[in-house]
Amino acid sequence: MPEIRNYTLNFGPQHPSAHGVLRLVLEMDGEVIERSDPHIGLLHRGTEKLAETKPYNQSIPYMDRLDYVSMMQNEHAYVRAVEKLLGIEAPIRAQYIRTMFDEITRILNHMMWLGTHALDIGAMTVFLYCFREREDLMDCYEAVSGARMHAAYYRVGGVYRDLPDEMPRFKPSNLQRDKAELDRLNENRQGSLLDFLEDFTNRFPGLVDEYETLLTDNRIWKQRTVGIGVVSPERAKALGFSGPMLRGSGVAWDLRKKQPYAAYDKVDFDIPVGQNGDCYDRYLVRIEEIRQSNRIIRQCVDWLRDNPGPVIIEDHKIAPPKRAAMKSDMEGLIHHFKLFSEGYCTPPGEVYSAVEASKGEFGVYIISDGANKPYRLKLRAPGFPHLMAMDEMAKGHMLADVVALIGTMDIVFGEIDR
Amino acid sequence: MDAFLDILWILIKIVAIVLPLMLCVAYYTLAERKVISYMQVRIGPNRVGPRGSLQPIADAVKLMFKEIILPTNANKTLFILAPMLSIGPALAAWAVFPFSEDLVLADINAGLLYLLALTSVGVYGVIIAGWASNSKYAFLSAIRCGAQIVAYEIAMGFALVVVLIAAGSLNLGDIVQAQAGSWGFLNWFWIPLLPIFVIYFVSGVAETNRAPFDVAEGESEIVAGFHVEYSGMTFAVFFLAEYANMILISALTAIMFMGGWLSPFHGIPLLGTLFDLVPGFIWLLLKTLVVAFLFLWFRATFPRYRYDQIMRLGWKVFIPITIVWIVLAGFFVAV
Repeated sequence: MPEIRNYTLNFGPQHPSAHGVLRLVLEMDGEVIERSDPHIGLLHRGTEKLAETKPYNQSIPYMDRLDYVSMMQNEHAYVRAVEKLLGIEAPIRAQYIRTMFDEITRILNHMMWLGTHALDIGAMTVFLYCFREREDLMDCYEAVSGARMHAAYYRVGGVYRDLPDEMPRFKPSNLQRDKAELDRLNENRQGSLLDFLEDFTNRFPGLVDEYETLLTDNRIWKQRTVGIGVVSPERAKALGFSGPMLRGSGVAWDLRKKQPYAAYDKVDFDIPVGQNGDCYDRYLVRIEEIRQSNRIIRQCVDWLRDNPGPVIIEDHKIAPPKRAAMKSDMEGLIHHFKLFSEGYCTPPGEVYSAVEASKGEFGVYIISDGANKPYRLKLRAPGFPHLMAMDEMAKGHMLADVVALIGTMDIVFGEIDR
Repeated sequence: MDAFLDILWILIKIVAIVLPLMLCVAYYTLAERKVISYMQVRIGPNRVGPRGSLQPIADAVKLMFKEIILPTNANKTLFILAPMLSIGPALAAWAVFPFSEDLVLADINAGLLYLLALTSVGVYGVIIAGWASNSKYAFLSAIRCGAQIVAYEIAMGFALVVVLIAAGSLNLGDIVQAQAGSWGFLNWFWIPLLPIFVIYFVSGVAETNRAPFDVAEGESEIVAGFHVEYSGMTFAVFFLAEYANMILISALTAIMFMGGWLSPFHGIPLLGTLFDLVPGFIWLLLKTLVVAFLFLWFRATFPRYRYDQIMRLGWKVFIPITIVWIVLAGFFVAV
């Protein structure tokens, strides 16, 4: 009698729900997963090594490209690490702007997660609804930085520039020839960026309700997520989970509350926590986080409206001088030249700085030897420990659940492979 | 000579059914893309022809000119045979379908049995395709599809038994006539057999492998399932078969539960006499379209079931309910 062996299935890297370039080698008994072995490294770009060869400021755009759906949060972790090293603090207005954009980023990330998670489980309509709202928030990114995704907006000592007084509007084009249609699209873009965001925060909770009607009480959605990939609070901590993966298991750990940074201690928000640690709880936690982010954005909009001020520190050894000063003032020219050629040197030492990114704790560890570039940069990507738990979470589930698990982990390979 | 003319005449009739059917299938795919895109706040195909109306033609031409790739380790004969096995029954089933009172290719007494037999044969196309492809994804899909079709075939068969008990005939035309009455649409079987109506339609969705029961295709799990290795016309044939089956299920639902070609207002004063002038074929078409629209609506709305959950629904919910209704229906007819 021939020996009975388990079936090995190569899941990815070319697979519709591999979320980029995940390769899973699945050992299956029929449809039941016996062992899953994630293979990573297909998106490795050597960010950590590249950062060792560049002055501090020039590495900021690399951070956008790590977790490429929560761009500004990665920047935030990096600039905070460098600020800590230099012993400086960004002005309060910059702190509020960072808080606001961190939360915009969280909504961007969770919208992407919700859309793809639902698509993986087969509900394709939610995906397009989510992308509609992402579009509005990406316009905010574009309004402050000129780029829809890879913003490079945060700087050491503040942010690149103050928020624009005018929200960019749609212009007539071949696609939008209709005047009435154009007016409708531009209706909420008549004022400043803050006006646009205020309008967004007003209508957004209703839109989240809309997604929830499609999923939250849907029997099929519940059957596919309740009891799938259960992680106990103890195991979640032992496995190094963070963010919604940890909170979904019932551990109320959030760096925004536990180790407040930027303006998080000045705004009011709640931390949602799950009970069972399954995919459904993590879904509910993230949905509630979207609503809380909306609340934070609203508070930041109100504060920023009433409190003008500088958005980057005045120390021109670190932040570039105004362009007019650079043109007329000798010292300004020297500062400008030094800053954009050599950069600035940091005192020698080691720092670790982490932010509560959308996926969990995103940390940056810098060792400086006193030069104008880091001696060593280490990135702590939240997705990495989550993916490590794949085998434990998937064991005994079916093939279709693996897809739900990849979705619930909110995996992005930019940060895992770095 | 007479025999030859007979065969020729039958062939002409077959062409007269299959050609419009193929056209319907083509435009059903366009309708699907359009309906779903409007549900998803987008526009859908609008480049080829006015408002995208020639898109299916462009798709067909593209698929015809694509290379049919035969995987190296595939069983070549079975690989080519599978799509044919899939489309054959899907088209042949239409032979007994009454388009109106006297417009039917083969008016046989065991029409219902014939339909059940042919829709079951269709699954072989999928299973053979999954096996012949020699791909793990396709193989998983073949297993899933086989199990799923068996489960839902039983539920569907029992549902049809209830219909035939209620109508007292296996002939589709007689089943429609049994629903005629002086109360218009209140006479149709969907009211007395409401649970069976729902079960039949849901089983139909499962039988055609459509969302939320599309585990055999399961895009996010097994990529494309049984037709993952197929390209060009061989893929198109699977596609045609799936959509032809969807239209067939819609039309059968209309025939068996929604009064077929009968006017919904028959017997109602004024309205009844007015709408009786509308030819029966139009009513049948309208009813079929309504049901066909539901298929698309489901796809835009529901997440996908997991394979074992589909089995549970089929075996533990649908089959027991249909059995109970067979007993009930038998009891009522006997009394």
